[in-house]
Amino acid sequence: MAEKIVLNMITQRSIEEGQAMEKGKTTQEYFKACSVVEMNPDDMKRLGILINTNVKVTSEVGDVIVKAITPTQFCPPGLAHIRQGVWANQIVPPRTQSTGVPQYSGFPVTIEPARNERIKSALELVQGSVGLWKGGA
Amino acid sequence: MPKLITQVGCPYCGASCDDLEVLVSDDGKKILETRNACVIGSEIFHHATNPNRLKKPRLRQPDGSFKEIEYEEAIDYTAKALLNAKKPLIYGFGSTNCEGISAVGRVAEKAGAVLDNCASICHGPSFLAIFDNGYPSCTLGEVKNRADVIVFWGCNPMHAHPRHTSRYSIFPRGFFTSRGQMHRTVICVDPRETDTAKLADMHLMVKQGHDYDLFNAFRTVLRGHKIPEEVAGIERAKILEVAEKMRNGRFVMIFFGMGCTHTDGRNHNVDIAISLTRDLNDHTKASIMAMRGHYNIAGPGQVWSWQFGFPYCVDLSKGTHAHMNPGETSSIDLAMRDEIDCFVNVGTDAGAHFPIDAVKHLKKHPFITVDPNICMASEISDLHIPVRIVGVEEPGVVYRMDNVPIQFKKVIDGPESVPSDEELFDRIYVRICELTQTEPIWVHGKAPVPASTSRVK
Repeated sequence: MAEKIVLNMITQRSIEEGQAMEKGKTTQEYFKACSVVEMNPDDMKRLGILINTNVKVTSEVGDVIVKAITPTQFCPPGLAHIRQGVWANQIVPPRTQSTGVPQYSGFPVTIEPARNERIKSALELVQGSVGLWKGGA
Repeated sequence: MPKLITQVGCPYCGASCDDLEVLVSDDGKKILETRNACVIGSEIFHHATNPNRLKKPRLRQPDGSFKEIEYEEAIDYTAKALLNAKKPLIYGFGSTNCEGISAVGRVAEKAGAVLDNCASICHGPSFLAIFDNGYPSCTLGEVKNRADVIVFWGCNPMHAHPRHTSRYSIFPRGFFTSRGQMHRTVICVDPRETDTAKLADMHLMVKQGHDYDLFNAFRTVLRGHKIPEEVAGIERAKILEVAEKMRNGRFVMIFFGMGCTHTDGRNHNVDIAISLTRDLNDHTKASIMAMRGHYNIAGPGQVWSWQFGFPYCVDLSKGTHAHMNPGETSSIDLAMRDEIDCFVNVGTDAGAHFPIDAVKHLKKHPFITVDPNICMASEISDLHIPVRIVGVEEPGVVYRMDNVPIQFKKVIDGPESVPSDEELFDRIYVRICELTQTEPIWVHGKAPVPASTSRVK
């Protein structure tokens, strides 16, 4: 069994994310909708990742802990998807190919099991990145 | 008696539905029910009257907490922050009306700021391709009435534009498409089997990032040349079959989305999509449209093209002329190069939707958010100024994804004392004029608003 695998990451919109976002980005709904990664079940088997357990996703700019779920929309082997939003943007490379648009889709990530690691809340991630996080739930 | 308001516009996605019905309480203060809206649109209307809505600006204190302040103080703070900065950036406008966008244009010109909108991280590359290659597009009404071959390329309307397929593209019965879905062939090109792909008659599961190759293969086939056994993960036979479908269509409509603009190739993917549309017109009628994300994200493009000559990435910091060069004057690139020394986030959430490195760079300097809601940007801001919600509490003009302007209504009164984007930015403009001892310049006979004697109590 592999310890890590390299997958091609895309981060795009989903209706769950859209609905939760309008409810509020600090809500539990937004947390549930966006702090997830979807990949092909065969890739999950290769890594020994069980459904609904946490994984660490690392790109060239950073890493994030998210929950691996069964894809709601089929992902072919080799591809992974994190819904657009706070968790995805922890690892999206800001390079733009001189167009202004970051590399939101099509960048390599490594994925490894992180069963005992905690998924941070949206506020903790964003406020934490700029030194404003004061702790709490 | 509760009042039913009809033909209400929905302030969510680029489909800008204008057939919603909203049931409002007797006193016109509470939204009881929404009809015809998708789950997301419905959420916006119901969220508006939540009791935790902010009614006053909040200023960050030295200990990191927020303190409520008066609008006067917030306007003064923003005007001074913009004037003190060498190169302020005013970014956003996914969720406001053209009146607000125009008012911001005035402020940006006066303050010598860079003006940018969400297209910068979305359909910006589509603009670049359109500048280079033209835009043989049409309206969504024409799609509904005429199109019989629909191509969704790198877009997923079932998730991002939930009513697009039922109002315009797959299901509706139109003048020449009287059998609705039965009349149309739907083709989806996407590396995942999305919910849109599940609806399609044919799904081409393109290898992620290889859209250009596949567009090129279609052009090659339509021009009568041979292609390899497999292109971008799609077998030749399948490509030939889909090309034949498009050639034999009476009206082919290509919708494209972030699958083209967010990945390798960017504007080149859109450029060749436009070329394919042009080629198809040798055989039949064909048209193409960008699946714009928000209900009025086409608005800043329209308004600023009129005001400054450019739709996005408009650098007004030179003081003499507007300058646009994505890669140089685009928000993310400016942020990553640390060129911005004041950031104003209007009607969007850069905190959640920018790559986190860009957010960290922007946060080194004054960071102001103008938005009705609590969002990630507001929670890291030095100043958060709440405004009325366009489409719910504030009417105005919005541009749908096909660049058709629509007058949106308001359905309830906003919280007392909370201004609209337009009122807020007009007052900031007047304050900047006071501070610089210059005369405000108003066009179209607009009544001047003194900053100190506010229109909003």
